[in-house]
Amino acid sequence: MSASKIIHELEQIVGKKYCRTDQEARLTHSYDATPLFQAWPHVVVYPQTTEQVQALMKVAHREKIPVISRGSGTNLGASAVPVQGGIVMVFTRMNKILEIDEKNLTVTVQPGVITRQLHDAVEAHSLFYPPDLGSMAISTIGGNIAQGAGGLRGLKYGTTTDYVLGLEAVLANGDIIRTGGKLTKNVSGYDVTRFLVGSEGTLAIITEATLKLLPKPAFQQTMAVYFSGLDAAAEAVSAIISARIIPCTLEFMDQGTMKVVEEYAGIGLPVDQKAMLILEQDGPKELVEKDLAQMEQICQNLNATKIEIAKTGKDRIKILEARRTTLSALARATATTILEDATVPRASIPAMIRKITEISERYNVRICTFGHAGDGNLHPTCMTDSRNQDELARVEKAFAEIFNAALELGGTITGEHGVGLAKAPYMKQQWGIAGIHLLNRIKEAFDPHHLLNPGKIFYQSEEEKTCQNRPAHP
Amino acid sequence: MPKSTCPPLNQVSERNLSLAEALQNTLDEDQLTQCMRCGFCLPACPTYRETGFEDASPRGRIALMKAVYDGEINPGKDFINQINLCLGCRGCEPACPAGVSYGRLLEQSRSAIYQHKPANRIGKSFQQILLRQFFLHQNRLKKAGSLLGFYQRSVLKILVDCTRLNHILPKQIRDLESILPVVEPVSDLQTVPPAKPVGRVGLFRGCIMDVLFARTNQHTIQLLNAAGYEVIIPDDQTCCGALHAHTGDRNQSVRLAKQNIEAFAGIDVVCSNAGGCGAMLVEYAELLKDEPEWHQKALSFEKKIRDISELLYDQIERLSFRTPVHQRVTYQDSCHLINGMKVTTPRRLLKKVENTTFVELTEANRCCGSAGIYNILQPEMANRLLKEKMGHVKNTRADVLITSNPGCLLQMKLGVNRAGLAGSMEVMHLVDFLAENIQNKQSGMIGTGQ
Ligand SMILES: Cc1cc2nc3c(=O)[nH]c(=O)nc-3n(C[C@H](O)[C@H](O)[C@H](O)COP(=O)(O)OP(=O)(O)OC[C@H]3O[C@@H](n4cnc5c(N)ncnc54)[C@H](O)[C@@H]3O)c2cc1C
Ligand code: SF4
Ligand code: SF4
Repeated sequence: MSASKIIHELEQIVGKKYCRTDQEARLTHSYDATPLFQAWPHVVVYPQTTEQVQALMKVAHREKIPVISRGSGTNLGASAVPVQGGIVMVFTRMNKILEIDEKNLTVTVQPGVITRQLHDAVEAHSLFYPPDLGSMAISTIGGNIAQGAGGLRGLKYGTTTDYVLGLEAVLANGDIIRTGGKLTKNVSGYDVTRFLVGSEGTLAIITEATLKLLPKPAFQQTMAVYFSGLDAAAEAVSAIISARIIPCTLEFMDQGTMKVVEEYAGIGLPVDQKAMLILEQDGPKELVEKDLAQMEQICQNLNATKIEIAKTGKDRIKILEARRTTLSALARATATTILEDATVPRASIPAMIRKITEISERYNVRICTFGHAGDGNLHPTCMTDSRNQDELARVEKAFAEIFNAALELGGTITGEHGVGLAKAPYMKQQWGIAGIHLLNRIKEAFDPHHLLNPGKIFYQSEEEKTCQNRPAHP
Repeated sequence: MPKSTCPPLNQVSERNLSLAEALQNTLDEDQLTQCMRCGFCLPACPTYRETGFEDASPRGRIALMKAVYDGEINPGKDFINQINLCLGCRGCEPACPAGVSYGRLLEQSRSAIYQHKPANRIGKSFQQILLRQFFLHQNRLKKAGSLLGFYQRSVLKILVDCTRLNHILPKQIRDLESILPVVEPVSDLQTVPPAKPVGRVGLFRGCIMDVLFARTNQHTIQLLNAAGYEVIIPDDQTCCGALHAHTGDRNQSVRLAKQNIEAFAGIDVVCSNAGGCGAMLVEYAELLKDEPEWHQKALSFEKKIRDISELLYDQIERLSFRTPVHQRVTYQDSCHLINGMKVTTPRRLLKKVENTTFVELTEANRCCGSAGIYNILQPEMANRLLKEKMGHVKNTRADVLITSNPGCLLQMKLGVNRAGLAGSMEVMHLVDFLAENIQNKQSGMIGTGQ
């Protein structure tokens, strides 16, 4: 069928206004939040119902056109970049919270709901949806599920995957499936829900999700602790967890990060210190206070140089301010900020940080490290300039070594951001040939024609590795 | 499917090529590169939230500008439309972790578009006549005593004439007419110097304020005097140039900027009482960055600019406010005050007014759709935003809705009228509200005795 006939058919499904081929729409769907990756789609559609998604997918299946689902385009793996062109399907119009079920403690949403809006809506019912990624003010639930998003509360509460109870999804051939439900126990057949979490839009298009909720914790308390050595900070993390305390937040910042934050925000961080931890506990007041006192004791025993415990809500905000402004501080310091998420077992954090420092010095690139110390999820962040080709080449080499180091320490190339295009080249290293074959066969079972977000997760060609500013080639 | 490539250069007419060149010459590469495409600005953007379209978002608009800058696309009608649809509210700036000066990029784009092709017919006649005649020659008009008449007859007539060109507009114009303030004869502004002044302040009158809101200017002086400031009103000052800049007429803004810098040369503090003007005054250094000598002057000028609310709050212990009957009060931010000047004092001041309950307006910091040119050129979007805003306003059940910029004030009045709240809710400028409820600290008298 000719291109214009296909477009006409798509227009019939979603309406002319919501099927766009103008250069403005195409250009603005050629990127996501990942620096350096870009490729144009042919057409952008904005469906409003599952039936429309199904109808669109049937056309794409018949014509063998790639379909790339998209939430808010904030992922950091170039997972939403339409590297082979095709149809970008945007979920901004499917943004309804369908039901908050206070009896089963679940919420059912369309994929385009913004994470923050979900938080606000359930908290109004004294309920709690823990995944709190840094980008939750704009990321969508569909994107969170497809990317297996994490956040600050990972250690105690787990990540998105722990809250997805059931899904409705459209398959590559246009069939609609439903997985799971408002159930905690369910062992009929394979756990397809779990297949789809973190599948980056490569297995199916998520059109509805039922998520688990918790009662909202009654009380929170926060403290900041500074150390003159990395090892002491890491030991504190291990000691706290060995003492059977699981704080809801356990964030780490290295000296480089503290310096940049202090330069930007001027909040009085002691920048001569080597490391900072931010600890938060939530739950019933007595328990929280008990845990905080115990954590304080542990840090003191390990010669923490300074401990600040928030007495008031204002104090708490001040302590969290350091972590909250990290991204702004790093992003403002240079033109291009590359935020990675290599993750290691908790106990290997000092080894990993030392390795990162050594690598960044060797390649003469500026890398600050902060992250979720409690779950070993670090964010080595490189401050560079995309216009400096020479430096970019060194950055790429440095990150290749950092991923390698994470794997050697028993970790992973990505803890929460996903693989996409950006980390596809490192997949073989992590999974081995047999692993990659298995992943490939799973992909084939769902999507034999490689229509759903093709080129992602699986490394394909040198060309697709970086599609910098290059238009797509169908 | 067609090949997914950007349109080749030779398909584009001469005319559009030169717009691309104009944009390449004006856009600031560092700001374009500074955007890391994180998307944090998206939820703050009214046009994105209304449409759900990425190209109607700040990140999308910056990507479009960058693509033009890099020669990846050629700007056509759709590009211009997208830039015009932007409110210029700068709600995206505080949301941006990377500190991108979106307002600057927008102004640069508009300036290039204006040079290339000055707006559409309605916009053109409106802008040219209103801006050049009305604002630039305000003194001459005023001296001739015809300003009031000029304003009421000419501006509205121009607007009505314009409307014959376009069938959607008459309603907009009638609406606008209904909310224009009754212009009181402008007498000269009176200032009463305090016995022991705490400081000396130059008043920036602002051209719209001066004509449509002369009473607000007078109230500003009264409040400053009551707070202990000596007030000076330099004669040579002129329009701030904001409307010229927002509509792309950069050269005029440069001229006006220089004149204002000179006019306030001997004064250490300049008081602004309109967010729109203040935000422009603090952009002069950027505007004059290509002329080193003026750039320096502009930098020191910028440091002098204070919003009236800040000056009053500095002397709050000298002031006391009380409404005669209990009132519920709410506040709609002026985008340019909060995003441009980064001033948040109005709320704190309002909370000091006794016998009132301050109710927070949901999404008070979101643009109201703005009166004036945007309302006329983008009626559909402006109406959608205003309707949503009025839903929130209604929920406050406030007796008084306060704002701090003339554009916002008119828009809020329009909204209150349309929502049928006119009988129960008053819309006031912060300064007028405070001046009407100031108490003489010594004698305990209410009002300033007008
Ligand atoms: C500054 C910053 C901070 C961040 N912080 C965190 C953090 O703390 N933790 C974290 O985990 N991530 C973080 N991220 C990454 C990002 O926000 C998450 O990956 C998020 O889940 C992406 O959501 P989105 O709506 O933007 O999805 P998009 O980027 O639009 O899409 C992401 C992927 O999901 C797929 N997809 C989207 N919708 C659907 C659907 N309905 N069906 C099937 N597939 C779909 C897309 O095809 C794509 O592969 C951060 C990003 C930025 C820029
Ligand atoms: S100025 Fe306002 S309308 Fe324009 S992009 Fe920024 S937030 Fe959106
Ligand atoms: S928030 Fe700033 S850096 Fe992020 S996309 Fe918007 S303008 Fe760009």
